[in-house]
Amino acid sequence: MYRYDQYDQKLVDERVAQFRHQTERYLAGQLPEDEFRALRLRNGLYIQRFAPMLRISIPYGLLASRQLRMLAHVARTYDKGYGHFTTRQNMQFNWPELARVPDILADLATVQMHAIQTSGNCIRNITSDHLAGVARDELVDPRPYCELTRQWATFHPEFNWLPRKFKIAFSASRSDRAAIRVHDIGVQIVRNEAGELGYTVYVGGGLGRTPIIGVKTADFVAEVDLLSYLEAVLRVYNLLGRRDNIYKARIKILVKEVGPEKFIAMVDREWARIRDGELKLKGTELDRMREHFTTPDYAALPAVDPSYEEKLRSDSAFAAWARRNLHPHRQPGYAVVFVSLKANGVAPGDATAEQMDALADLADRHSFGEIRATHDQNLVLADVRLDEVYEVWQRLRELNLATPNIGLLTDLICCPGLDFCSLANASSISVAQDVFDRFENLDDQHDIGPIKVKMSGCMNGCGHHTVGHIGILGVDKKGEEWYQVTLGGSAENDASLGDRTGPSFSREDIGDAVQRIVEVYLERRNSEDETFLETYRRVGMSPFKTRLYPTTAAA
Amino acid sequence: MSTLLKLDGSDGPDPFAAVGAEDELPASGPVVIPLARWERDRDALRARPSPFGIRLPNVVDVESLEASVLEAGLLVLEFPSFGDGRAYSQARLLRDSRGYRGELRATGAAVVRDQLQGMARCGIDRFELRADQSLELCREALREFSIAYQPARDALPKVRELRLAPNRT
Repeated sequence: MYRYDQYDQKLVDERVAQFRHQTERYLAGQLPEDEFRALRLRNGLYIQRFAPMLRISIPYGLLASRQLRMLAHVARTYDKGYGHFTTRQNMQFNWPELARVPDILADLATVQMHAIQTSGNCIRNITSDHLAGVARDELVDPRPYCELTRQWATFHPEFNWLPRKFKIAFSASRSDRAAIRVHDIGVQIVRNEAGELGYTVYVGGGLGRTPIIGVKTADFVAEVDLLSYLEAVLRVYNLLGRRDNIYKARIKILVKEVGPEKFIAMVDREWARIRDGELKLKGTELDRMREHFTTPDYAALPAVDPSYEEKLRSDSAFAAWARRNLHPHRQPGYAVVFVSLKANGVAPGDATAEQMDALADLADRHSFGEIRATHDQNLVLADVRLDEVYEVWQRLRELNLATPNIGLLTDLICCPGLDFCSLANASSISVAQDVFDRFENLDDQHDIGPIKVKMSGCMNGCGHHTVGHIGILGVDKKGEEWYQVTLGGSAENDASLGDRTGPSFSREDIGDAVQRIVEVYLERRNSEDETFLETYRRVGMSPFKTRLYPTTAAA
Repeated sequence: MSTLLKLDGSDGPDPFAAVGAEDELPASGPVVIPLARWERDRDALRARPSPFGIRLPNVVDVESLEASVLEAGLLVLEFPSFGDGRAYSQARLLRDSRGYRGELRATGAAVVRDQLQGMARCGIDRFELRADQSLELCREALREFSIAYQPARDALPKVRELRLAPNRT
């Protein structure tokens, strides 16, 4: 993984000093409230419903074991003993004390971590495929490009005061696990007909109040021109993005209002001017970055491991877990292990300090000391030997991290909701719990098959509800919590936005509604191989509507 | 009256008098006029012996500015609120694309300690500090970061160059 050199470390240390000074000035009454707000947001610090919330950056979701131990330390020392993994591969703490945040940042800096630009109207954490470097369908490892972009975006002087937040995601595989088309910029790494590496770029995708799929702005940007292209897009946005209405300030609105053709022409014009300037990447820079993401020292192993096969036969609980929570690895004799953060009774994405420490130990022993965070709010041990998988599973089970539900109904994405977030209209975690209770029976879940349920407590859409196969959105109706439901969304290659079923459901009825939707699917699918999404796309909304709103349909 | 801080850390009173849209142009002395008056006052300003500046609204498209605007020895950019960063891009375009070499000044409510180094990095070299700002703190702010990742219009050592030539410090 990427290791800081003296320059990276210096910048992070200078940032800690800067924020400490800002916090001191604020507490001494020398910095106005609204200005400190904008500055603390750029260090991930929100003031939430009950306390500040601190969001720590995990660039493209990759953590070293010592970094995970540091997150455990922060949870124990400054918070209530747990943390929350977000849909953007970051970590949030919900109870830090404002005056101690500079100390937290100083602790993080000792393990090359920070909270830079995890909030505020600036370029946010760069996200990518949680299977980068191990996926079989990958063209190249996207992480060197993510890191180059992270450095370019860090303290970019021109783009620190954008109209609105700005999110960039990278994918380099055939199946898009980074949801690039619902990002402000989505970069697909490709090879052209001449065999050269480059990027297909999508701009103006996004979730939130106006969910929209990004438009393709460039078929092929050459590998060395990555930063100049990004800079051209950002410059056009910074100058012309709307600042009169916070709900119309994202780049997606600019692209829509000026029209994709004109937008592309403006970007191309600026890009032509700067493309051959200082931002052009040198071969040595690309090589240096690639050297940080080399293949681990894999053992030469047979593709089939007899001890693993034997355990699959003799231990049905292990077999059920292996079926859902393992992913094939490109290296023979290895597997990708998903660590489920979706156990019954736990808020989706939460992990305790003890779990984090134990996972760091597991990573050191079995996965080259690295852990990844996924945008589905789970964790991944990416490089586990097949002959050690059983041992890893046993330990995960002791830690309550082995719920065999990856990709199934109870592996749902959920924002913190009304329980923590000051923006939320409605509770999300309790609805997640309700869904969990109804579908906990694993045989039923396996029968239902792969399905993505995504839930947000408000229009801002942190739970990505608009791209859930089943999306649930909390709304406020005269002080009561209600839930709108959408069907048929997807954030993958076939990206689409969900369709509203109709009127929203009360807190009491939402669990029933999800159950009915699943029933209709089970009745209508033409075989067990047809997924929920495929069935919905084939049969459409009408049978679901009829079941969800029987009285309206009869009238 | 606000203090004018220069990039080199020196400070002093603002030698330029601001002339409003309808004000009479004084016979002599340095003045700053709004861009909207440029066409009307162009000949008069050129005939005067004193330097002049032009104030650009932050919605102006720098790329299509008439070349004669760049005759001004001073261009003033507007930072009207803490979160409005449009003029950062205007500064970059004036320096990089239009090749403007005169003084580039920041004015407005956001010309405060915590934004100065970013402005300097984008090519701004004069800061019309907001009235509540401490000159000492502002001077210090110009040295907050000692290196930078991005190529920009300032003298900070660039990380990418330092890495390519590690022996040069």
